[in-house]
Amino acid sequence: MKIAVLSGKGGTGKTFVSVNLAVATQNATYIDCDVEEPNGHLFLKPEHIQANPVHTLLPDFNTDKCTGCRKCVDFCRFNALAFIKGKPKVFPEICHSCGGCVLVCPAGAVAEHGHPVGRIEHGAFGDVSVVTGVLNLGEASAVPVIRAALAEGLTGERHTVIDCPPGSGCPVLESVSASDYCVLVAEPTAFGLHNLQMVVEMVRLLKKSCGIVINKMEDPYEPLEGFCRQSGIRVLCRIPYSETLAKLNAAAQIAYEHDESSRVLFDTLLQRIEAEVKL
Amino acid sequence: MIIAIPVNENNAEPSICVSFGRAPWFLFHNTVTDETQIIKNPAANAEGGAGIKAAQFVVDHTANVLITVRGGENAAEVLLAADIQIYKAQGRTARENLSAFTEGKLEKLESFHAGFHHKQ
Repeated sequence: MKIAVLSGKGGTGKTFVSVNLAVATQNATYIDCDVEEPNGHLFLKPEHIQANPVHTLLPDFNTDKCTGCRKCVDFCRFNALAFIKGKPKVFPEICHSCGGCVLVCPAGAVAEHGHPVGRIEHGAFGDVSVVTGVLNLGEASAVPVIRAALAEGLTGERHTVIDCPPGSGCPVLESVSASDYCVLVAEPTAFGLHNLQMVVEMVRLLKKSCGIVINKMEDPYEPLEGFCRQSGIRVLCRIPYSETLAKLNAAAQIAYEHDESSRVLFDTLLQRIEAEVKL
Repeated sequence: MIIAIPVNENNAEPSICVSFGRAPWFLFHNTVTDETQIIKNPAANAEGGAGIKAAQFVVDHTANVLITVRGGENAAEVLLAADIQIYKAQGRTARENLSAFTEGKLEKLESFHAGFHHKQ
């Protein structure tokens, strides 16, 4: 079972739900795909970390061999190549490392070199296997690091919790793509609802089944409750807005291990997700 | 000398387009022959890298000067590498800007934005 946890809006509690689900699940793998600022490791404090670099490929042009035919420039649908004064030039941030320029060059003038964009850290926290994607500062695209984190973590039959980045763009699509089920964490605010609607649209586009977790709940926020009823998406659980949880989170403690009501809540959430996945 | 200007319309009095990479048309004015032509910008609907592609388009039309409201860093890198001089547009129409350039009233565009892709 591979569960993706996402929210659209940042700060709704994706990591909170993810780390507690990972601990509630026996022998789970936790993958932090929020590679721009991964923070799951603050809670699941992994030991025996092995780190491996992530590279993307960028083209190199051999100007002696280049005949100036421009086939590479014309081929690049991302417009990552320009042709100036008879020579091709690459814009690394625009390049998607597709390798097309290498293939279309009739003169064999294009080679590729690895460009470091981040790293994958793999460690263990009790029986939880913790995989963290870390994007280098200043890199434009998170997708290559997310792809590498998923490749590292999605091995064998272990239950997996994928902690997704905020938003509903390419990095989230990549993070969600391999999941069986999506847990949408929603905040009972106008902003939270707006972004929930965006991720609902996205998971439906990907034909993923999903359920909603309302976090930081006080009184029911009627627009959100109404949206849940109308969309027919099940509300899996409601996590109270509580000082106890806030203090545990601020101290980087795992609520499941220190708070009895949270233990019951996440065990129930896990059972409901398992039942939904079997449907 | 060939002067390139991003414009909104293909007519006799086109207005200058605030976007460089995604301008629908480019006006090219040849100061030697006094000929003006307006050509569709192939980068207008590009998924990404529109600035680079539009800059390439300007380079391929052997422009010496670009007059634009603004431009991105990547586009500027292409244009400057091809020794194209970039001037900051003033006023509303291409014609006003061509006159202002001829009279030496336009200033060089020195700052370029980091791009709007994936930005809100």
